[in-house]
Amino acid sequence: MTDLTQLGVKDIRDGVRAGDFTAREVAESFNAAVAAAASLNAFIVTTPDHALAAADKVDAARAAGGQLGAMAGVPIGMKDLFATNGVQTTAASHILEGFTPRYESTVSQKLWDAGAGMLGKLNLDQFAMGSSNETSYFGNVSSPWRKSGSNQPMSPGGSSGGSSSAVAARIAPAATGTDTGGSIRQPAAFTGICGIKPTYGRCSRWGIVAFASSLDQAGPMARSVEDCAIMLGAMAGFDPKDSTSLQMDVPDWEAALNADLRGKKVGIPREYRMEGTDQAILDSWEQGKAWLKDAGAEIVDVSLPHTKYALPAYYIVAPAEASSNLARYDGVRYGLRDLPDGSGLQDMYAATRAAGFGDEVKRRILIGTYVLSAGFYDAYYTQAQKVRALVARDFERAFQECDVIFAPTTPTASFPLGSMNEDPLTMYLNDVFAVPASLAGLPAMSVPATINADGLPLGLQLIGRPFDEQGVLNAGLAIQQRAGFTAKPEKWW
Amino acid sequence: MSVDKATVAKIASLARIRMDDAALEQMVPELNGILQWVEQLGEVDVTGIEPMAAVIPNTLRLRADVIDADPLTGGGRQGDILANAPAAEHGFFGVPKVIE
Repeated sequence: MTDLTQLGVKDIRDGVRAGDFTAREVAESFNAAVAAAASLNAFIVTTPDHALAAADKVDAARAAGGQLGAMAGVPIGMKDLFATNGVQTTAASHILEGFTPRYESTVSQKLWDAGAGMLGKLNLDQFAMGSSNETSYFGNVSSPWRKSGSNQPMSPGGSSGGSSSAVAARIAPAATGTDTGGSIRQPAAFTGICGIKPTYGRCSRWGIVAFASSLDQAGPMARSVEDCAIMLGAMAGFDPKDSTSLQMDVPDWEAALNADLRGKKVGIPREYRMEGTDQAILDSWEQGKAWLKDAGAEIVDVSLPHTKYALPAYYIVAPAEASSNLARYDGVRYGLRDLPDGSGLQDMYAATRAAGFGDEVKRRILIGTYVLSAGFYDAYYTQAQKVRALVARDFERAFQECDVIFAPTTPTASFPLGSMNEDPLTMYLNDVFAVPASLAGLPAMSVPATINADGLPLGLQLIGRPFDEQGVLNAGLAIQQRAGFTAKPEKWW
Repeated sequence: MSVDKATVAKIASLARIRMDDAALEQMVPELNGILQWVEQLGEVDVTGIEPMAAVIPNTLRLRADVIDADPLTGGGRQGDILANAPAAEHGFFGVPKVIE
């Protein structure tokens, strides 16, 4: 029989429907692959029984001639930022270690309703704060990729680093991610897979551990554009429990996939030609333009003049929201409590939060507290929110001249774990191309394109108009078909 | 603008994060690095620009005035809510003495 772990979402779904194999066989194959890949540290907990139970339900439904859902028989990894009923949910933090939700997040529930099962909870940067998966309380995640001829462990990107590592290593056909300032796209680019962040509001945030509420969006990570389209369809939809949820129909993205770009204009933002970007990435971007042209698109120059200010604006807005969101971790209602002898309530708060949060989380809470404090609020926070409006206006104007914007996902390929920890700022610069679309709430996707001289994958990014996930997916498909990206990491784990 | 150790101590106290001297010393240059970098936002001309509060225009919805219309967000779930509390007592969240 074929190795089922090599299959993606669409092939598994279609194979289960056709009876080529059972959902149980699929779940068993992936459970075994997950168990054998502990050295990646991609999972915080594994849930083989959840995957098997979901698979048995699908097989029984098929035997009874029932309708099968869009994700029927597909076992997936769940980023440990989504609350899962009865399964520990930590956000990769010590403060939430042992927290076992008594409810299910809307997005994960939708995936189970569509017939998916859960292989386990995936590691991530603590509270999704990081770009390398080195801030998790539960240890670094390794990318399955390594530089040619080297054994050095490489970063899978972050914050959805467990997701990217697992999908690239073929121990999960797909995984959920969340993207606040690039946390789906950057890890996807680092590991040679696809990932899409939909328009803000497409996926419900209910039951997702909050980082920066005006930016957080869930999305799928998988190995093809088709797989992302299928899984996003299962995740998206209106939810009255999230006040920012979009009250709109979810299109059938999979059915409408079309790589023919004739009549479409692809905008190339000139400000994305930044110093410090690898030559291999610039070459890959050039190659991508040729592919899109070949698909029938017209390439046009566009300008996003406030691009360089997006990242510093993000590093005010996101920490400000985080400092407010993370105020809930107080040692009273859930999670860790550190109560030094004879101490009162205030001491307990301070001790609990000191013990429960990692360094990067503390840094961002402190920045956020500072920029929101009396006397500094206008100079920092209000100014950043105004710059954010300008970044969004740049996109609005650019989209008068093009249908989709095309750029690199990251300025560099993946880097060795531990190599970027000297200065928090250098790490932040990883998301320089990803953050602008986040600030504007736009759908954006990374697709794998080429391999650099070190044998590491590079990703390219497509950014669409609000609600135009279809345009993003279609352009992504055009690149996928021409890139013919089949490289995969050599198994060492 | 830059912060000194006393300011970081003040922020840490506002944020309810206990930090010893060594941690404060280490945090000062890190925060200053970030603050100096974000200061470039001051160059941007924002005359007449409203601060952005929501990326996608959306209005807050009203729901029907029905008790527990959605059982997931309704009431009557004391057991669930206390299930993860580090010190639940007599159906309440337990906290150390507040009044000295």
